[in-house]
Amino acid sequence: MLNRDDRPTRPEPATRRRETFTGNRALQLEEPLLFEVGRTDVTGVDIDVPEHAGDRLGRHRRKAPIGLPALSEPEALRHYVRLSQKNYAIDSGLYPLGSCTMKHNPRLNEAAARLPGFADLHPLAPQATVQGALELIHELGRWLIEITGMHSVAMSPKAGAHGELCGMMAIKAAVRARGEDRTIVLVPESAHGTNPATAALLGFTVVAVPAREDGTVAAAEVRRLAGEHEGRIAAIMLTNPNTCGLFEPEVCEIAAAVHAAGGYFYCDGANLNAILGKVKPGALGVDAMHINLHKTFSTPHGGGGPGAGPVVLSEALAPHAPLPAILRGTDGGYRLVEHAEDEAALAPFGRMTAFHGQMGMFVRAYAWMLSHGADGMRQAAEDAVLNANYVRAGVQDLMSVPYPAHPAMHEALFDDGFLDGTGVTTLDFAKAMIDEGFHPMTVYFPLVVHGAMLVEPTESESRASLDVFVATLRDLAMAAKRGQTERFKDAPRFAPRRRLDETRAARQPVLKWSPPEPIEDAAE
Amino acid sequence: MRYLPHTDQDRAEMLAAIGVSGIDDLFAGVPRDKLLGGLLDLPRRKTELEVTRTLRAISRKNHAAADGPFFLGAGAYRHSVPAAVDHLIQRSEFLTSYTPYQPEIAQGTLQYLFEFQTQVANLTAMEVANASMYDGSTAAGEGVLMAHRVTKRRKAVLSGGLHPQYRDVIATLSDLAEDRLAVLPPDPMGAEDIIAAIDGETSCVVVQSPSFYGQLTDLAPIAEAAHRHGALLVAVFTEVVSLGLVEPPGAQGADIVVGEGQGLGNPLGFGGPYVGLFATRAKYVRQMPGRLAGETVDAEGRRGFVLTLSTREQHIRRDKATSNICTNSGLCALAFTIHMTLLGELGLRRLAEANHVRACRLAEALAGIPAVEVLNGSFFNEFTVRLPRAAAPVVDALAKEGIVAGLPVSRLEPGRPELADLLVVAATETAIDEDMARFTEALEAVL
Repeated sequence: MLNRDDRPTRPEPATRRRETFTGNRALQLEEPLLFEVGRTDVTGVDIDVPEHAGDRLGRHRRKAPIGLPALSEPEALRHYVRLSQKNYAIDSGLYPLGSCTMKHNPRLNEAAARLPGFADLHPLAPQATVQGALELIHELGRWLIEITGMHSVAMSPKAGAHGELCGMMAIKAAVRARGEDRTIVLVPESAHGTNPATAALLGFTVVAVPAREDGTVAAAEVRRLAGEHEGRIAAIMLTNPNTCGLFEPEVCEIAAAVHAAGGYFYCDGANLNAILGKVKPGALGVDAMHINLHKTFSTPHGGGGPGAGPVVLSEALAPHAPLPAILRGTDGGYRLVEHAEDEAALAPFGRMTAFHGQMGMFVRAYAWMLSHGADGMRQAAEDAVLNANYVRAGVQDLMSVPYPAHPAMHEALFDDGFLDGTGVTTLDFAKAMIDEGFHPMTVYFPLVVHGAMLVEPTESESRASLDVFVATLRDLAMAAKRGQTERFKDAPRFAPRRRLDETRAARQPVLKWSPPEPIEDAAE
Repeated sequence: MRYLPHTDQDRAEMLAAIGVSGIDDLFAGVPRDKLLGGLLDLPRRKTELEVTRTLRAISRKNHAAADGPFFLGAGAYRHSVPAAVDHLIQRSEFLTSYTPYQPEIAQGTLQYLFEFQTQVANLTAMEVANASMYDGSTAAGEGVLMAHRVTKRRKAVLSGGLHPQYRDVIATLSDLAEDRLAVLPPDPMGAEDIIAAIDGETSCVVVQSPSFYGQLTDLAPIAEAAHRHGALLVAVFTEVVSLGLVEPPGAQGADIVVGEGQGLGNPLGFGGPYVGLFATRAKYVRQMPGRLAGETVDAEGRRGFVLTLSTREQHIRRDKATSNICTNSGLCALAFTIHMTLLGELGLRRLAEANHVRACRLAEALAGIPAVEVLNGSFFNEFTVRLPRAAAPVVDALAKEGIVAGLPVSRLEPGRPELADLLVVAATETAIDEDMARFTEALEAVL
C-alpha cells in the first residue's frame, strides 16, 4: 500500500510466534491502556474536602459519570515508566531528525525553569511582584536581537508555526498601514508546509518559486515573479539555510528584489542553528524571522511540544508587533504593556495568545545562552555544520547527494538514487536504522528531491558517535546494494512494534478508547 | 564547553577528513562580507554554578504564589500537583523525544496521547479530542476558524463573559484573516442575551462557562438557538478542574469545546507553556486542527498507535491545510494526563468539590465586609466582587502586604469605568483558612 509519495503505509502481514506467556520480552514490557487497568473507585491523590453547607453551583451540577479511571501512585509510576521505555530519545542515542535540531537538553535548564520564582508565578500578578520575570524576558529578547541583528522582538508566539503566523500578521498589518492591497506571497517549493499554510490562513495567495538544479532559489526567478505580479507581492517566505541544508547564495539579491517590489522578507528561522554567531539574518535584509527556541536554544522537544517561537522584526515591522510588549524604564524597572493605548509608539496588530508567551521555555533558552555565551554559541554552530559535513563526507561514495556543489550547512540531504533497483525504499532504509539502534533521519522531506533523507546530527554528537553512525549507514547502503532486502522489508524487527498500519488508522479512525461491547450470554 | 564533545584536535581531523582546510570553507555559501569576523557582543560562556547564581538572583525578584495568601485565577490556576507528575515528565524518553514520526519507537508518546484524547473527550462529554493545542486562548481561535470551515460562514459571535485576552486573540485572527465578528460587551452579571445576536450569517457563538467573571451559564438553550440558525456552539472553559463538578459542555449541545488544561499537572509558570484542550463531534473530525493519535495494528497484528488523519495537516496539505499548527503541547499534555490518571473520577470530583467549598467560604467571608458585594448567582472556584472603590489600587495596596487579592478587571478591560470597581477572586484547594482570614481582614482595612 503506497501513498502518493510512494511511501508504504500498510505493512506486509507477518506471522508471529508467541515467544512468552505474557507477551513481554524481558525489558520490553507490554502495557495495557489506562482504561483497561484503571478503576473509577480508587484514586492516587488524597484530598481533604472541607465541610460546607450548601453550594453555589445553581442548577449546573454534573449529572452523569465522567468515565475517568485512576491508578494509585505505584501503579501510575509503573504505567508511565513502562510507556516511556517504548520511546527513543536524544538521551538514548543519536536522533538525526533533519530540520528538527535534536540537540542535547541540559538538565541545568530544567532546574532553572523550576525555581519557584519562575514556575510558581502567575502571569497576571501585580507587575511590581514580577519584575524578575519581566527582566528575564526582556534580557532574552535583547540576546535574540543581538544574535539576529534585528531591530526588535515579539516574544509571545507559542511555537514556530505560531511565530510564523505572527510575522506574517505583522507584514499584513504593515501592508494595510500603507493603504495597499497586496495579496501574493512567494513561497519556494522546498519550504516547510507550515509556510504556505500560514500564508493561506491570512488570505494570501501562495505563488510557488521553483528551486534551481542546485537546490537553491534564484534571485532572477524572484525578480521575474515580482514583475509578473507587480504591486501585489506582500512578501516572500524563505527558509535560510534552506530545507535542503544549503545557505541561499543569492539571499541578499532576493531580499533586494522583494523590497524593490514593495514586499517584505519573511525568513523561516528553523535552521538558525547553522549560523548562530556566524551570520546575522538582519544583515541579509530579513524583515521578520521566527526563532524556534526548542531547536536552536535546546528547550526540550517533549514528544512534540511545547515549543516557543519569538519573532524578530525589522524597523519597518517593529511598530506592528503584537501585545504584550516589555519596556525598560529609565529607573531600571520593567513595564509590561498590555494595551495599545498605553504606549503611543506602538501600533500593534493585536494579540497572539493570552498572557505573555512560553516563560518556562524562556528560562531554559536563556540558561542555554548564558552557558554557551558568544564564544560557545559560535562554536556550537560550527560544530553542527562540521558534524553534518563529516557524515556527508563519510557516506557520499555510497549514498546519493543531490546537491554536491555546495557544502552542507547543519544538515546533510540525500535522495534515494542510491537505492535504485534494490527494491528498498527510503522508508525501508529508515526502518532498518531503527533496528540498528538509531532514530531515523527525516524522510520524504523536503519534497523537492525524490525519497529524501535529511540528516541533522547537531553539535551534541562526538566524533566517536558519528563514526559508528557513518559505519552503520555504509553497512546498510551496501546491504541494500547486495540485495539483502529482508533486512529492510522486515524492519523494524526489534522495536516494541513492527510496522504499523497507517492506512487502517486513517480509514477506520479509532481516536479514543471505548468500552468493549458486552458479550452476549452464551448460556441463553 | 561542557555541552560540546569535540576537542580542537577532533575538529582538525574531521575537517581534514572532509577535505577542507578550515571551518569557514564549510560556510562557502555565505556571502563573505556577511560572515561575522568576531564574536557577538554578548558575554562569554559561564559555568553551571555561575548560570545558577544568575538565574536564582533574577527569580528572587519575583513574588512566588506560595509566598503569601494568593487568590488570583483569571485563566491560570494554582493547584497542588503530586510530585510524581514532575518526576515522570522528566523521564528522558518523554522529555527528549520529538513528535512521534516513527511510531515503532514512539509508542510511549502515542499511547499517552491516545489516553489523553480519551480523558479529554470523556471530561468534556464530546466524541473526539485532539492531542492538544498551545493553550486555551489559541485553541479558542482555532475553534472559531474550524466553525467557519464547517459552516462555510465567516462570522463569529463572542459572549461578553469570554476571557478578555481570549476575545482579543480571536479578534486578531478574525481581523487579519478578514472574517467578521460580533462582540458582546463585558458581562459580569451573566445577564447577556446572546441568543438575540445569532443570525443566519453566524458561523458560531463562543461562550465561556464558568465565565471570566465566574458565572455558570446554561449552554443548552444557546446551542439550540445556534443550531436553529445553522451555527455551531463553541464552548470555552479556562479552569479544567471545574469539569469535575459542573455539567460538561458536551451534555449541553456544544459542537466544539476548547479550554485551558493548565489547572491539571502544570504550574502557573508566568503564563506558559500551557496545554490547550480541543474536542468536537465525530462528524467534524476531519475539520479539526491539530494532531491526532489513533489506534491500529502492527505487522504482527498487535495493537499499536500512530499519528493519523494527517491529510488535514500542513505538511501534506500545505496551503489547503486545516491549520498551520504543527506541534501540540506534548509534555504539558503528559503532565495533564498523569495528574488526571492519579486523580481519576473519584479524585477529580473531590478536588473540584474542595475548590468549590473553599470558594464558597471565601465568598461568604468577603460578602461580610461592608459595601463589598458578590455579583455571582452561581460560580465554581472563582467569582466577582464589587468594591466600594477602584479595584486596581486595592490590589496594589494588598500586594505590598504580600497578599495577591485577585484580578482587578480594569487590568484587562481598561477604559471602562463601569468595571473599575470589580475584582475577580479565585480560591482553589490551596487556599487555606488562615490565608482567607488574612485577605478578608486586610481588604476590609484598605477599603
